Amino acid sequence: MAAKSNLLNMALCLTLVCLFCAALLGGVYALTKEPIDNAAAAEAKAAIAQVLPEGGEISQALSAGGYEYYESRMDSVVNAYAVKTSTNGFGGLLTLMVGVLPDGTIYNTKVLSHSETPGLGAKCTSDARFMAQWKGFAAGKKLTVTKDGGDVDAITASTITSRAYAKAVEQARELVKSLQEE
Amino acid sequence: MEYFLIIISAIFVNNIVLAQFLGICPFLGVSNKLSTATGMSLAVCFVITFATVVTYLLNQYLLVPFGLDFLQTIAFILVIAALVQTVEIVLKKVSPSLYQALGIFLPLITTNCAVLGVAITVVTKEFTFGSAAPHMLNLAESAVYAFATALGYGLAMVLFSGLREHLALCNVPKSFKGLPVALITVGIMAMAFLGFSGIV
Amino acid sequence: MAGRRFSLITKGFLKENPTFVLLLGMCPTLATTTSAINGLEMGLATLFVLVLSNIAISLIAPKVPDKVHIPVYIVVIATFVTVLQLLMQAFVPEVYRTLGLFIPLIVVNCIILGRAEAFAGKNGWLDSACDGLGIGLGFTVSLTVIGIIREILGNGSFFGWKFIQGDGILAFVMAPGAFLVLGYLMVIFNKIAKK
Repeated sequence: MAAKSNLLNMALCLTLVCLFCAALLGGVYALTKEPIDNAAAAEAKAAIAQVLPEGGEISQALSAGGYEYYESRMDSVVNAYAVKTSTNGFGGLLTLMVGVLPDGTIYNTKVLSHSETPGLGAKCTSDARFMAQWKGFAAGKKLTVTKDGGDVDAITASTITSRAYAKAVEQARELVKSLQEE
Repeated sequence: MEYFLIIISAIFVNNIVLAQFLGICPFLGVSNKLSTATGMSLAVCFVITFATVVTYLLNQYLLVPFGLDFLQTIAFILVIAALVQTVEIVLKKVSPSLYQALGIFLPLITTNCAVLGVAITVVTKEFTFGSAAPHMLNLAESAVYAFATALGYGLAMVLFSGLREHLALCNVPKSFKGLPVALITVGIMAMAFLGFSGIV
Repeated sequence: MAGRRFSLITKGFLKENPTFVLLLGMCPTLATTTSAINGLEMGLATLFVLVLSNIAISLIAPKVPDKVHIPVYIVVIATFVTVLQLLMQAFVPEVYRTLGLFIPLIVVNCIILGRAEAFAGKNGWLDSACDGLGIGLGFTVSLTVIGIIREILGNGSFFGWKFIQGDGILAFVMAPGAFLVLGYLMVIFNKIAKK
């Protein structure tokens, strides 16, 4: 059934197929570029909005000290920051969005991505007690787990994940502190 | 220190077969005998490292500057296929004895998802090892990561083929014969490898 | 004619089931079946590429010189995979993130190249579409079944609906469980198929 091969028709065939595929992909890429960008932007915005007080005007992405962060302004005064931080968890990278008020109080946190063990470390996205403690975590409290003498209640049997989580929040708090001093 | 962590992590903690589920087909297909398993592992080792370096450069200097990173999948698979062919031809000319040992495995490697998997992983994922800040791997780290991953593949393969040689002699129930009992064995091996998690 | 096409579609479930009989596409089968919904989504993604590549390949196959047919098939398959990647990123970014690496890896899923070689290269486009649909559905069902079992055992839920409090047997949502569940399912499949 297939045509007999010779150098000319092989080269021709490959070229044509590649050209056609490239054209098709270029077309689809052009069509989907906007929805992809929109989806990514909407997702980022939702994560930021979740960790900041409602009603603030959220800035574009800013960067300081190697972190990406956003400012929320109310009546043109900065009333909170959202900082993206990553630390090494148990199974890999743990990336958080941390909302911090200017005085160092944690407003809220959200896990952006993780690769923790299902049912153990992965509970950092579902364990009610663990998640609730971050809402309004006071500026004076120590960001280490109780086992290490701090004020963070660890997830049962997942100390390493809890430590990583606390460290990521600590990084965000430190950044906000240095921003405040400027 | 960081290279050491990359190696340990890629071989044991995130073993490509037992934790990441890549390259399962050849893993199950050619692990009947220790000798073929060793041959395949060596061929994979060579191709993964080589392919990762080439695709890394391709991505860094051609796709990203022109904003074409959405073509990663198609570009990488073509490069890998061409590379495997070239390696086969060169090997045949330069070292017939090595070709004898690895030759039959080379065509199989193009469709080994471990190769494409590692190539895509190193250019899309952020890594963090020890206390270092999360970052994309640079060229040297990518090469080390690819090589160590391939070593992990070899390790799993050689261990498993050793087990399988024994399994072949065992009297297992009829419906368990062949692949089912092999899969259950891999399951138990994967459980053993879970013990490494969290050390890096 | 209609009956034959129908049997092309149904053979993928039992007789030529890609997972349990042909033993193809093991990597996504093991990696993405941590829950029923993930298995289902991965199956559907593969189905999409399989049907389109089967149709395209059956149309161009007679024109393609013999010696370059594998590279041509790979380019065609990779194109559809990239189309799928772009569409998923645009409209279901959550799903795209969950399945992650295994979407681009559909390119090297042996089921697709295998069907192109064994069927689409030699048959008309409608038959090839039916074949792709049949094998793809068989794959989807297998993945969903494995996903359901792993989710029930590992998490105590069914398609996300939790019926026990607390955790299940965690090993089943982790790597070892994938191998064990697939192994035991194959035993059962062997038992039924041999009767």
